[in-house]
Amino acid sequence: MNNTILKTEALQAFYVLDLYGKSKVVKAVNDVDLAIQEDEIYGIAGESGCGKSTLLKTLAAATEPPLRVVSGRVCYRIDGVDVDVATLSPEAKRKLRLEYIAYVPQGSMSVLNPVAKIKETYRDFVESHVGGQSKVDAFDLARRHIIELGLPPKVLDAYPHQLSGGMRQRVTIALATLLSPRIIIGDEPTTALDVVVQRGVVQLLKDVQRNLRNTIILVTHDMGVHANIADRIGIMYAGKIVEQAPTDKIFGEPAHPYTQYLINSLPKFGDKSTRESVPGSPPSLANLPSGCPFHPRCPHVMEVCKQQMPGFTQLAPTHKVACWLFGEGENGKTA
Amino acid sequence: MEKLLEVEGLTKVFSSGSLLSRVRITAVDNISFHIAPAEIFALAGESGCGKTTTARIIMGFEHPTAGTIIHSGKKEAKNEKVWFLEGIQAIFQDPFGTFNPLRTVDRYFFETVTNYKLAKNRSDAVALIDRKLRSVGLSFEEFAGKYPSEFSGGQLQRISIARALLTDPKLLIADEPVSMVDASLRMSIVNLFKQLKEETGVSVLYITHDLATAYYMSDRIAIMFRGDIVEMGTVEEVLMKPRHPYTQLLRESIPEADPSRRWSGEIRLSDTEQDEYLKQGCRFAGRCPLVMDICRQAPPPDYYVEGVLVKCYKYSENSDGAPVPAV
Amino acid sequence: MKLFQDLLRDYKFAWGFSVLCLLVIFASLSFFSPYDPTLWGVVPRDMQPSAEHWLGTDSNGQDVFWMASFAVRNSLTIAIIAGVVSRIIAVIVGMVAGYKGGMTDRVLMFFSDSLLVIPLFLIIVMLAMLIRDSMNLVTLGLLLACFGWAWDARLIRSQILSLRERDFTQTAVLSGTGTLRLVLNEYMPYATPLIFSTLINNMAWAIGLEITLAILGLIDLSIPTLGTMLYWAISYQAILLGRWWWLLTPVILSVLLFVALYWLSVSISEYLDPRTRIQRVGVS
Repeated sequence: MNNTILKTEALQAFYVLDLYGKSKVVKAVNDVDLAIQEDEIYGIAGESGCGKSTLLKTLAAATEPPLRVVSGRVCYRIDGVDVDVATLSPEAKRKLRLEYIAYVPQGSMSVLNPVAKIKETYRDFVESHVGGQSKVDAFDLARRHIIELGLPPKVLDAYPHQLSGGMRQRVTIALATLLSPRIIIGDEPTTALDVVVQRGVVQLLKDVQRNLRNTIILVTHDMGVHANIADRIGIMYAGKIVEQAPTDKIFGEPAHPYTQYLINSLPKFGDKSTRESVPGSPPSLANLPSGCPFHPRCPHVMEVCKQQMPGFTQLAPTHKVACWLFGEGENGKTA
Repeated sequence: MEKLLEVEGLTKVFSSGSLLSRVRITAVDNISFHIAPAEIFALAGESGCGKTTTARIIMGFEHPTAGTIIHSGKKEAKNEKVWFLEGIQAIFQDPFGTFNPLRTVDRYFFETVTNYKLAKNRSDAVALIDRKLRSVGLSFEEFAGKYPSEFSGGQLQRISIARALLTDPKLLIADEPVSMVDASLRMSIVNLFKQLKEETGVSVLYITHDLATAYYMSDRIAIMFRGDIVEMGTVEEVLMKPRHPYTQLLRESIPEADPSRRWSGEIRLSDTEQDEYLKQGCRFAGRCPLVMDICRQAPPPDYYVEGVLVKCYKYSENSDGAPVPAV
Repeated sequence: MKLFQDLLRDYKFAWGFSVLCLLVIFASLSFFSPYDPTLWGVVPRDMQPSAEHWLGTDSNGQDVFWMASFAVRNSLTIAIIAGVVSRIIAVIVGMVAGYKGGMTDRVLMFFSDSLLVIPLFLIIVMLAMLIRDSMNLVTLGLLLACFGWAWDARLIRSQILSLRERDFTQTAVLSGTGTLRLVLNEYMPYATPLIFSTLINNMAWAIGLEITLAILGLIDLSIPTLGTMLYWAISYQAILLGRWWWLLTPVILSVLLFVALYWLSVSISEYLDPRTRIQRVGVS
């Protein structure tokens, strides 16, 4: 039984910029193969500028110039049929984006209309998607949905600015899940929130997933959040996924030197021993080093790393890593 | 104990709204703490708890409504450039905002050297700048004549620290210095503060919302909530054995990078921030699981439990000394 | 020089600049004029354009070509005086109000707002009538300057207000930089595009107002400007009498001047926009 709901094959998405006669290619997503299952929370971890937000844009079929999908494809499985999003009409894409796939951004202020009460935003949303609903029905639907998610119903009568940042973010998530989408994409949905509020938002996301049994793709740089919510994690570095494994494997037996640095540099309570961070700086996506993009910062660098990007090596049935330390990469190529 | 900086009864009131309906928000409410020489003191709390306002007052960018700030025993005179006299320098949150994007970064270094008369001539100045840059892992050659956009965030934050170190300050005020630095480079900045403290004896006021790095690098910590310090003591005591219900909530809410210890149970969140500022009594009462009647009537005084200051009526019985009544 | 080369690549700048250059050359020809522009009847009246008088002659007995070159020169002089002086006022008021804030800000903005709400044109007309006797190029330029700074001071102030909250202001303060140096070093690069584009806009405004005042007969009509040329042409009913060369010359010159100034202003403000500048720094 194939449970893959979203997959990408050798996906490359570049920004092609032209600034005062000098052209610049930013390789934000560079050969990414993903297979995301139904009923799972897939975390994508990586630091700023590694291309994770761009990956989300291409996954949500929201690429706009200067961003271009150069090669590869993104496929959704809708009702048992694989659909290549590149073949869809703009109208079909729009419909797909709102009912099949929902997007939760970092800042919620841009989603909610600042001069309308929350319930009016809900009503507009219901009207444009379900259609034929009366005003009372729409409010009723909104109220039930809000209560179901454990939010106070009085938020419906508030304006966005009257709510705290965390409540706004939870209202945005509630709005995004109103139509029970099969895939929810969250781009740093908890960043810039306080820890207590962040916990509330993460819990809400978990509850939603448990109820809908759908797929959440969560991008954040905060490994603590991944540890708390994700089932599987993909580690992204310089536009590539370099390691992918279930959450406990990533934290318990990280294989890629970059993942090891990421995990080991996290400060822990009760342990004040010195934590080392990755030497050097992240590469610019417009000017990538040859071979494995991590080789200038890698403590185990070998000659072959400078020449060629390694393919994936399967360490366990669910754990794969792209690093020369683990072999030739007989399972799928990334170069 | 020797004190490098002493803050006493610091209060800052902001008023907002129109002429007829003025809302007065007490951003910082009568807080007192001190920083010892060669100590990293963390001021931690959620956004809007008043920690940045406190830092801005200490730097002299904001005037307090009430309270005094004493630097090495000298009272701060109004409008005096305290950082000039006492050697306070600061590092900001956004490394890309710290320097003007239209100017080269080295100009700030030369201006600092000229304004504080740190060198006799240009070659002395270059030598001094190079020495400071090397102490943060950079060099003069790789930075001269470049614009901020030519560096990474981590590099800029190092440059920012090097600039702050030019005057050999006794106190560095670091306002969320790592929250916008790439994850893979964050610890190198944090380690840098620890190393500087050990090598040069500089004190750091570390303002953060991140209790994990606060635990890792600080000696003492004060937890702020809605303008008030609710708990203060050594990081070991405060973060490993949190006493105030708010500290406990904070401590539990930190996502630990350990998949075997996931969150469980429900938490209560405030719907709006303003309400809690305007509350009578303990501002945490609305969310506190241990709330008593007295909590809603008057703000709790300072209690001392095993050397830790805790502002909570729960400790009225087993306080070490006589409680210091809150004003 | 690199800046100039970059700018010339923009066709708007290239056109505006060349037209303005031609007008300046034309204006500087007046220094070699064979005729005194203040005298009447130096040439035969009302002649059609010919080899001898390229743009014909007017009813006052002046050669239109040479008269026009004096007019462009004088109009540009007024515009430059008005533009530069009002820029100086606007920069000082805007920067002091923006950086000092508080009471200083409120007092200064009260003045500039007052200037913005009163019917400026009427006041200028009244003042022009009052000081008509001593009205020369300089006094007219200064009069216009006194009224042309308010809006731009507000623009500069709001720019400074937002810059003041940026972290690099604090970095500069912590570097020991004094207020004056801070404003000049840190804020000027951001205010420069505003100053340049408003300078050019202000010059266009000054030329327009000068023409209006002249047509109403409110400035010294013996000084040849684009406005006074139009005044004489209109009052001698040049159009009715078919002396099109007399009226058309100042009209075409004014239009050319306006369009050239407009192109320059658009192109320069685009080029100096800090956002595109930061991008350029990143590329080079």
